[in-house]
Amino acid sequence: MNTRAIYLFAGVGILYVLTGVLLSWNVSLNILILGLLSAIMALGVNMQWGYAGLFSTGIVGSIALGGLAVVFVSGNPVPEAFAAGGWQAISGLAVAVAGIAAAVAAWTYMPAGRARNLAVAVILIGGFFLYRGIFDPAVERIEAFDPATHGNVGGFGLNSIWAWPVGGVFAAVAAWAIGKIALGLREDYLAIATLGIAEIVITAIKSEDWMSRGVKNLVGLPRPWPVPYEVDMQADPGFLAFCANWGLNPTTTSTLAVKGIYIVMFAIVLSLLIWLLQRALNSPWGRMMRAIRDNEVSAAAMGKDVKRQHLIIFILGSAVVGMSGAMYVSMLGQLVPGEYTPLRFTFLIWIMVIVGGSGNNWGSVLGGLLVGWLWLIVDNAGPLIMGAVTAGMADGALKSHLVDVAPQLRLLTLGVALLLVLRFSPRGLLPEK
Amino acid sequence: MDLLNALVAFLNFVVIPAASYGAQLAVGALGVTLIFGILRFSNFAWGDTMAFGTMAVILLTWLFQSLGISIAPLPTALLALPFAILITSALLLGTDRVVYRFYRKQKAKPIILVIVSAGVMFVMNGLVRIIIGTQEQNFADGGRFLISAGDFKAWTGLAEGLAIKGTTAVTLVTALLTMAALFWFLQKTRTGKSMRAFSDNEDLALLSGINPDRVVQVTWVIAAALAVIAGTLYGLDKSFRPFIYFSLLLPIFAAAVVGGLGSPMGAVAGGFVVAFSEIIVTYAWKKVITYVVPQSWAPDSLMQLLSTDYKFAVSFSILIIVLLFMPNGLFNKGK
Repeated sequence: MNTRAIYLFAGVGILYVLTGVLLSWNVSLNILILGLLSAIMALGVNMQWGYAGLFSTGIVGSIALGGLAVVFVSGNPVPEAFAAGGWQAISGLAVAVAGIAAAVAAWTYMPAGRARNLAVAVILIGGFFLYRGIFDPAVERIEAFDPATHGNVGGFGLNSIWAWPVGGVFAAVAAWAIGKIALGLREDYLAIATLGIAEIVITAIKSEDWMSRGVKNLVGLPRPWPVPYEVDMQADPGFLAFCANWGLNPTTTSTLAVKGIYIVMFAIVLSLLIWLLQRALNSPWGRMMRAIRDNEVSAAAMGKDVKRQHLIIFILGSAVVGMSGAMYVSMLGQLVPGEYTPLRFTFLIWIMVIVGGSGNNWGSVLGGLLVGWLWLIVDNAGPLIMGAVTAGMADGALKSHLVDVAPQLRLLTLGVALLLVLRFSPRGLLPEK
Repeated sequence: MDLLNALVAFLNFVVIPAASYGAQLAVGALGVTLIFGILRFSNFAWGDTMAFGTMAVILLTWLFQSLGISIAPLPTALLALPFAILITSALLLGTDRVVYRFYRKQKAKPIILVIVSAGVMFVMNGLVRIIIGTQEQNFADGGRFLISAGDFKAWTGLAEGLAIKGTTAVTLVTALLTMAALFWFLQKTRTGKSMRAFSDNEDLALLSGINPDRVVQVTWVIAAALAVIAGTLYGLDKSFRPFIYFSLLLPIFAAAVVGGLGSPMGAVAGGFVVAFSEIIVTYAWKKVITYVVPQSWAPDSLMQLLSTDYKFAVSFSILIIVLLFMPNGLFNKGK
C-alpha cells in the first residue's frame, strides 16, 4: 500500500459516506456489502488474469454454481421428494459421469483408429440413453411432489455458512473439467469456450427444477451464522432496552446492525484472502506464475509445467469466485436464476479488475468497491438524477422514455470507463509493482 | 407407416426452420470470420453490433411506415437495410478510428483486443438500450405466409401441413444474395483479393503495396453490412430483444470456429451445421416417428434428445469437439 492507494481508497470511502449522508445509510451499507462481495469476485478473476493471463468469460457460471451450493447445503430437506427419486437421480448422474470418464479413458488408452472412434461413440451414445433412462423418471417423480412449494430434492438444511466452502468446491470441480478441455487452446478460444460453459450452467439452473426450482426461485434459504433476523431482534427485550437507552429507533437499528454484521463477516473473508494472496504472490510460486504469464516459452524452457500451473490457478480463481457466489445467495436468502447475466456477473467483474489494476490484489479490491458502487448507485440515484435533468421538459413520450432508460446509462458509462482505462492507463488505477 | 406425412412433418419442423436459422447464423458468422481474418481477434461486441444494426432498421421501418412508404408484400425492413448499413458502417468505422486503431498500431496481443471489444460491447449495448429500450419489438410487416399450412393441406390432402413463412423466404433469398455478393467480391475484385492476401500473410501483403488502412476500412464496412443483415433477418423471423442478440454470440462463434476462423466458406457451412444440429437435437421427434413406424410401436415420450432450453449446449458441444479434434476447423487444412 502506497500513498496513491491510500488516497484512492479514501476517495472511495468518501463516496460511500456521501451516499450514506445524502441518500440513506441503509442504501450505502447495502452497496458496501455487494461491493465487498464484488471485491472477492474480482480477486478470483485477478488470480486468473492478473497472475496467469487467462481470459475466462465464464465468471457468471462460477458465481451461479456457488449459489447452487447454498441450495444443496442449506435448503430445507424435502424427504418425500428425495425418497421418491433422490437416489435414482443421483445414480443417473453417476452413470453420466462414469460414461464420460469411460469415453475419456477409451480415447486415452486405445490405439488410434476406427476401433477407438467407434468405442468412444458407442460409450457416449449408449451412456446418454442409459443416463436419460435412469434420470428422467426420477426427476419426474421429484418434481411431481408438491410442485407449488417444493418440486425439488431439497437440501441438507445446514447453516448456510457451510455452503461458502462448498460453493468454492462446486466451482473448482467445474473449473477442473473446463480447464482440462479448454486450457492449452488459443487464448481467445478459452474465452469463447468459457462463455459457452457459463451459458450451460445458467440454463441448467434455470430449467432443472428438481435442483433449485428453476425460474420459480428457491426462497427461504437460511442466513449464515451468526446473522440474526431483524424480526427476532425487534422482539428481543434486551435489544429493545438497548435502543431505548440510547434513544435509537429499533427498526432502523436492527436493519443497520444486520448489514453491519454482514459487512464485518465479508470483510474478514476478504482480509484473509488478501493476506493469503499477498503471501502467495511474494512466494516462489508467485514469481513462477508471473514468469509464466510474461513469457510462457521461457518459463517452459526453465522446466515449469505451464499447462498444469494454468490449470491450478484457473481452479483456485474459480473457487474464490464460487465461494463469493455462495456468500451472495446465503445473504439474499434466495436463488434467483434470472439474475445471473453475463453482463452483470462476468463483464462487470472484468471491468472491476481492469479498472482497479490487473495483477494487483489491492487494485481488485478498489475496483470492486468503486465499480460496484457506480453500478448500484444508479439503481438508487439514477431515476432521481434523470428526473432532475428532465424536470424542465414537457411531459410526454420522450421524457418518460428517458426516465425509463436511465439505468441503462451505466452500461454506456462503464464501457467508456473501461475503454479509457485500457487506452490511457492500461495497468489500472493501482498498477502492479 | 405414412412416409409422405413423415417427410412433410420433417421438412416443416426441422429442415425449413433449420435452413432459415442456419442462413442467419451463416451471415453472422461471416462477419466474425472476416474480422478474425483481417483484424485477428474474436469480436465480442459482434452480437451487440447486430443489435445496433437491427435497431437502426427498426427505427427506419417505423419512419417509412409513418410516411406511408411500403414495398408490400415484402417487409419494409428490407427497404431500410441499405440506410441502416450506412449508419452501422459509420459507427464501426468510428469505433475503429477511436478504439481499435490504437491497439493495431501498437501490435497489441489479440487477447487485449478481445477485452477492448468487450468494452465496445458495453457501449453498444448501452446505446441500444438507451435508444430503443429493452422491450421486445416486432417489426415484421408484409406477407405472413408464402404457403400456409392450411392451404398446403387443402392442395395435397395430407394430414400434415407445410408452412413457409414470408420471413423464411426473405431470409433464405437475402442470405443467399448476400453470400453470393460477398464471395464474388472476395474472389473477383481487386479489393477483395487484397483482403484475402492480407488475411493469408500480412507482411507479404504489405510488401506488395497493399494499403492496410484501406483493407481494414473495407472490412469494417462489409462487417457492418453483414451484422445488419444477419440481425435484421433474425429479428424479422423471431423478434428483436437486445439481450437475445448478445446470446447469439455463442452459436455464431461456434459456426465460425467449426468452419475454421478466417475461412468464409467455412463460416457458411458452420452456420448450417450448428443450426441443423441444434434443431435436430432439440426437436421432439414423436410425430415423425409415429408416422414412420407401425402403429403399435408408436412412442409414448416426446422422443426429444435435449429440451430446447439447452440449445446452447448443442452449439457449445460442437464448438468443443471441433476445438479438440480439428482445431483449424473443417475448411482450413493449410494452417
